[in-house]
Amino acid sequence: MKTESRLEKVLASGALAVTSECGPPRGAVPDKVKEKAEMLRGCVDVVNVTDNQTAMVRMSSWGASVIIKQMGMDPVLQMVTRDRNRLAMQADIIGAYSLGINTMLCLSGDHPHFGDHPQAANVYDLDSVQLIQTVVKMRDEGKFQGGKDIDHPPKMFVGAAANPFADPFELRVMRLAKKVKAGVDFIQTQCIYNLDKFETWMKGVCQRGLHEKVYILAGITPMKSAGMARYMKNRVPGMDVPDDVVKRMESVPKEQQPEEGIKIAVESIQRLKEVKGVAGFHIMAIEWEEKVREIVEKAGLLPRPEL
Amino acid sequence: MITAVRKSIEEIIACVSPYDRILLVGCNECVSVCSVGGRKEVALLSSALHMHFLKQGKTMDIREMTLERQCDPEYVEELVNYMDGADAVLSMACGCGVQTIAARYREKPVFPAVNTTFMGASERQGVWSERCQGCGDCVLGITGGICPIARCSKRLMNGPCGGSTKGKCEIDANIDCAWQLIWDRLKALGLEKRIEDIMEAKDWRTSRDGGPRTITREDLAS
Amino acid sequence: MTDAFEPEIVAFCCHYCAYTAADMAGSKRISYPPNVKIIRVPCTGKVDAIHIMRAFEKGADGVYVAGCLEGDCHFKTGNIRAAHRVRRVQALLEEIGMEGGRVEMITMSAGMGERFAQTAREFTEKIRALGPSPIRDAIRQSGRRAAG
Repeated sequence: MKTESRLEKVLASGALAVTSECGPPRGAVPDKVKEKAEMLRGCVDVVNVTDNQTAMVRMSSWGASVIIKQMGMDPVLQMVTRDRNRLAMQADIIGAYSLGINTMLCLSGDHPHFGDHPQAANVYDLDSVQLIQTVVKMRDEGKFQGGKDIDHPPKMFVGAAANPFADPFELRVMRLAKKVKAGVDFIQTQCIYNLDKFETWMKGVCQRGLHEKVYILAGITPMKSAGMARYMKNRVPGMDVPDDVVKRMESVPKEQQPEEGIKIAVESIQRLKEVKGVAGFHIMAIEWEEKVREIVEKAGLLPRPEL
Repeated sequence: MITAVRKSIEEIIACVSPYDRILLVGCNECVSVCSVGGRKEVALLSSALHMHFLKQGKTMDIREMTLERQCDPEYVEELVNYMDGADAVLSMACGCGVQTIAARYREKPVFPAVNTTFMGASERQGVWSERCQGCGDCVLGITGGICPIARCSKRLMNGPCGGSTKGKCEIDANIDCAWQLIWDRLKALGLEKRIEDIMEAKDWRTSRDGGPRTITREDLAS
Repeated sequence: MTDAFEPEIVAFCCHYCAYTAADMAGSKRISYPPNVKIIRVPCTGKVDAIHIMRAFEKGADGVYVAGCLEGDCHFKTGNIRAAHRVRRVQALLEEIGMEGGRVEMITMSAGMGERFAQTAREFTEKIRALGPSPIRDAIRQSGRRAAG
């Protein structure tokens, strides 16, 4: 075991891991974090805490992560390279680890253009691959990115994202290979609606043996409505929602659409469980955390392993 | 070249209106090529300002001068005989030119009439695009001749990110995804494998982050 | 007094079309307002933004550039370039608080004597409706100040 991470332990046990996420509030309302996290208690192994997601200012990822930790749950500290330089990021990693956070996710983050501070400086001192390298170096070599020794290095279980659906597709396995080369331990993918394409990607991943070097958690986002399906299809960059998924959502009356969305999510998990190389699921129920338990249960992923 | 765009006339007027005699100085280099601060643009701005102040009942004395190169003290020296006749200088050169004038003529206020934008190349008539950020440590040799620092919106050194869509950047469908371009070019060169080489965290000391930069050529400096 | 206002209009006319059309209007005895002062140019592509600006600076109330019909430019794209420049001057005039409509791009062929005259009439009326250019008044007043 490289770390004390609960996620690492679950994955190492061979069980399918289940993760979910919690978007911190846009204000000093710790109860909001607790409320969301409480809905996830017992039905997921760890909870990702987003870092200024969509480039909107929110309670900091590590602040909210500490709240979740204090609840006796296990947060995954998300960290985007957009907002801080390497000094600030390494300082936050040490700080978070000192407060009991041992799992993190390295991302480049959405461009400020999408958020509520488009006028902000765009830092990108490092990119996501370089952040993975940095955290791994801190853990395995006990050194800062700049090369000096760390007194008591933080031992983080290191994750990253992968989007099998972005362009150019032919590059997507190579890009994963690059993150593996950087030392990443686990991957959470973009939401999967085009299962065929995901399976093609996974085949490429397995052909190169990457599934043996990194745990891949398949991303699942239940859709609340046909409108959301259309929005994801047309408006969200790097998202692949096939027409038949949109049609299926449209085929049922509005009041039954949430239920249909859940059904699709559960069916997706059932199918992906059988896909070689899938080590678990990352369920991103955006502002719909109360449905995570139902999805996990229906997908036969309960109870979660006790460690 | 260094590209620029003209400031709004309103902003320019606000700068120069307290004065009666303006020395309007263009530059024959980059800003002339990108049609913002050469002789023609100096004449047009002069004409527009002249008319604006006439309407206000004020005859603004505007002398037009376009220097060979405004970022070079040797050429800026040519203004010496005109400074006494001017209350302020309005420069249509890039920020380098404005500062060269400010450094030479300390007692004279100098205002920029353009916003210096980027180091770019001409794509076609009337269209310029950013190509270089002057990071001081060129990577074009390994990225297939396409700069990720200047051309990727997130300046990712190990792209593309998950937002690359049909060859375009997620922030604007008019911007090419730099990493798609790099990938296409590496393929054309038969260097696909290179995309998996990790580009290590960049040393930004050679860039602006290391403090203002100076080049001294011992063989030339006196 | 607006009643007494006679606009001064400068028309940059291409030698290959509008200028010839003006000639034809003359020889056919089709009348057009004497307000329009014609400047013959070898191609409207030769008309630079500064030429138009100078006309206004010297007190013109309106300026139009009359070139060949689209696709018929003797120098291929001179008329298209001219149209772009006219748009640029319109924007510049608006930036200093003048009506962009005081300058216009017009196209015609050499055989359109009637169109030339009609254009001259219409443009003159349009400028008459806009009133005198504020620059013309300002020049007169600054002259008066200088004399006084």
